[in-house]
Amino acid sequence: MPTSSLVMFEEEFKQITAIIDRLLKEANAKLVFLVDKDGQLIASSGETRDVDTTSLASLTAGNIAATGGLAKLIGEKEFSILFHEGEKDNLHISIVGQRVILVVIFDQRSSLGLVRLRVKKASEELNTIIQKLLHRVEAKPSAQENLLAEISDNDIDKLFH
Amino acid sequence: MSFINYSSREINCKIVYYGPGLCGKTTNLQFIFKKTNPEHRGKMISLATETERTLFFDFLPLSLGDIKGFKTRFHLYTVPGQIFYDASRKLILKGVDGIVFVADSQIERMDANIESFENMQTNLKEQSYDLANIPYVIQYNKRDLPNVVPLSELKKVLNVNGAPDFEAVAATGAGVFETLKAVVKLVLIELKKGT
Repeated sequence: MPTSSLVMFEEEFKQITAIIDRLLKEANAKLVFLVDKDGQLIASSGETRDVDTTSLASLTAGNIAATGGLAKLIGEKEFSILFHEGEKDNLHISIVGQRVILVVIFDQRSSLGLVRLRVKKASEELNTIIQKLLHRVEAKPSAQENLLAEISDNDIDKLFH
Repeated sequence: MSFINYSSREINCKIVYYGPGLCGKTTNLQFIFKKTNPEHRGKMISLATETERTLFFDFLPLSLGDIKGFKTRFHLYTVPGQIFYDASRKLILKGVDGIVFVADSQIERMDANIESFENMQTNLKEQSYDLANIPYVIQYNKRDLPNVVPLSELKKVLNVNGAPDFEAVAATGAGVFETLKAVVKLVLIELKKGT
C-alpha cells in the first residue's frame, strides 16, 4: 500500500486540538479545520454547528488533489497554500507536512497577512505531532490490533440490520 | 486509506465507484442517499456539468452503526466515467479502501466496460496499488434493458478473479444495497487482516 493509514490517539488529538484552538484565537478566525489528504476530518475548532464539516473536509481534499495535479503539470511539486476570497468569508488552505491540510475560514475581522503568519507557526507545531503520530503507528500497531482483531463477521453483518 | 480515531472512537473508510461513462455510478449513490435515514447520512455532493455528467466526483458520507463501540463511517465517491477525465479519476482513487466496479450490461457498452476496467488497473498501479490486494466487488447494472450481455459472458470477461458480483438495476435500486454491503464487508475484513 502506498501510504499507511492514519490513526489518531487521545494524547495527540488533545495536542492537535489545543494548537488549532489557539490558532483560531490568534488569527481571529471563524473556523479552523484539520483534514487528512484523503478527505477525512481530523479536528475542528470554532462555530462548526451550522457547517457541514464532512462535506467541507471532502471538498477540501478534492481541491488540494486537483491543484496538486495542476502543480505537477507545470513542474511544481505542489502548491502548498491556496487562498479563496469571498464577499464575506475567505478560505485559507495550506498543506502541513505533505500529509494533512489546514483550513482557516475568516472574515473582515482578520486579514490574510495575520492568518498567514499564524498558520505558519501552527503548521510547524502540527507537523511535529503528525510525524510523531505516523511513527507511532508504524512502530507499534498493537492498540489498533486489539480493536480490529476483535471484530467478528457477526459484528459486520449486524451493521446492516 | 482508512482513518481510525481512538479519540472520537471512529473508523472512517473510503469506497470508490468506478466504471465507464453512463453506467450508473451516480445513480447508485443517489439511490443509497434516497433510501438511507437522514440521521445516518450526510449531504450528497455532486460536482457535475450542466448536463448532469459527473465532472469531478460525487460524494456521500454514510454512517453504518457501531462495531465494538466504534462508529463506522464510509465515504462513498464516484469517479467521472468519461474517458477524457482520466486525471480526475486518478486523484479520486487516492487513499481508496474498497472499490465497486459498475459495469453497463448493454452489448454496445462491452468495449467501454473492458476499457474502464483496464484503466482502473492502470490508475491503481500508478499509485502503487494492486487490484489483487484491494477489496472490490463488481456490479452488472441495467439488467432490465432488452439488449444485455448474458451474465455468464460478463463474468467471464470482467470477473476473472472471481470477486463478489451482483446484478443490478440502479435506477430502481435492485442490487444497490447488496453491492454496498458486500464491499463494506470486504473493507472491514481487510482492515482487520491488515493490522
